[in-house]
Amino acid sequence: MDVWSAEISQAVTLTLALAAVTTATLLVIGTPLAWWLARSKGWWTEIVASVVALPLVLPPTVLGFYLLVLLGPDGPGGRIAGLWGGRTLAFTFEGLVIGSVVYSMPFVVQPIRNAFTAMGERPLEVAATLRASPWHAFWTIAVPLARPGLLTGAVLGFAHTVGEFGLVLMIGGNIPGRTKVLSVAIFDYVEASRWREASLLAGGMVIFAFAVILTMTLIDRRSARAAS
Amino acid sequence: MKFIRSLAIGIGLIFIAPGAAKAAQTNVAVAANFTEAAKEIAAAFRQKTGHEAVLSFGASGQFYTQITQGAPFQVFLSADDSRPKKLVEDGLAVPGSRFTYAIGKLVLWSKSPGVVNGEETLKAASFAKLSICNPAAAPYGAAAVEAMKALKLYEALRPKLVEGATITQAYQFVETGNAEVGFVALSQLTGSDAGSRWVVPQDLYNPIRQDAVLLKNGAGNDAASAFIGFLHGPEARAIIEKYGYVLDGQS
Repeated sequence: MDVWSAEISQAVTLTLALAAVTTATLLVIGTPLAWWLARSKGWWTEIVASVVALPLVLPPTVLGFYLLVLLGPDGPGGRIAGLWGGRTLAFTFEGLVIGSVVYSMPFVVQPIRNAFTAMGERPLEVAATLRASPWHAFWTIAVPLARPGLLTGAVLGFAHTVGEFGLVLMIGGNIPGRTKVLSVAIFDYVEASRWREASLLAGGMVIFAFAVILTMTLIDRRSARAAS
Repeated sequence: MKFIRSLAIGIGLIFIAPGAAKAAQTNVAVAANFTEAAKEIAAAFRQKTGHEAVLSFGASGQFYTQITQGAPFQVFLSADDSRPKKLVEDGLAVPGSRFTYAIGKLVLWSKSPGVVNGEETLKAASFAKLSICNPAAAPYGAAAVEAMKALKLYEALRPKLVEGATITQAYQFVETGNAEVGFVALSQLTGSDAGSRWVVPQDLYNPIRQDAVLLKNGAGNDAASAFIGFLHGPEARAIIEKYGYVLDGQS
């Protein structure tokens, strides 16, 4: 393992931290959002749903461009950064989290929304007749029933953030330990013709992606068995 | 019968003739810092020869990798001299064709007036972020690191560095205000006096010799060798100088 270096372990740790924080944030924001999307019947629901799904279709360069401007000193990001004395949210871990949350949003919200929709109205109606408060019903009935969807969303959101490239390249600034994530490190190694490091990391990503897909399939199978 | 045959040949000639009148096309890989100059040169080249130079812009390191993997470029205008040299050694470029088409100049630049004030700006370091391009892949990044080391400021400035994948991105970081100052190429600032700048003295870094080379792919292509020839000529040299480069043998 003489190819392994401090530089590489820094990129791996940073990437895992970014994916973990992003996934946690998305579960907190995304679950109520998915709940509302699944239950609301207004015509505007699908407009919000489309906005959430946008990153699926938009190229990362489009998101990267807007984020570079929005996070900068003349945008709202600069004002937020001003709270702790910074000028810009670009080149910071916080900036990457914001970018990743936007970028991975549909991968988390969609499966959770589907799970809430599939559950139907019935269990909550029953809970209401038993005088459960909506809040109580949400936590004790809806969330446990939607668990496979939450799991799928978490796994997909995590995996997608780990693999993110175009966006971090555009707003990250490639700072070791702070914004230099795995995908950018691979890009750098390829540019510098350091094949050994590049193939080590790229190979690791392939194995990781395989593990993710396998996990997802197993979750699906288990929930299908539980349902039958 | 005879009439029809000559008609057919005549019609055929109408379609073939313009193509046969030796207007050819060549794919040129151009280092990002040379973008504006290359566009103007390609336009002048087309006007003079009728040949078309199709330009791709990017980081030299990236182009080197792509060329070793069979990318269909016929001419390579690198931002350094080591990659064209390596391509000759790899047997992927025509040995005698390599030459220095431009010598780049490094500039410390800020979008705001009065911010950059010679090396004092680096010493005072009253900025949060300093953008450079990737020193491993782009020579302007390597030159920026050399200059900071020569001033014995590299270790102190390192925590403030942000890296773009290309010199264009290093420029964008300053342009969008995310970095207050950045090391860019003088060629990127031609045509505008906006902001403040310091042309880094040549004794602080090794000259950024930008070499061009005819790739093996383009050895039989008229347009490719004509483009290399045009680069040597006075028209191209005038454009190159206009964009803030020094010509070989003039520094």
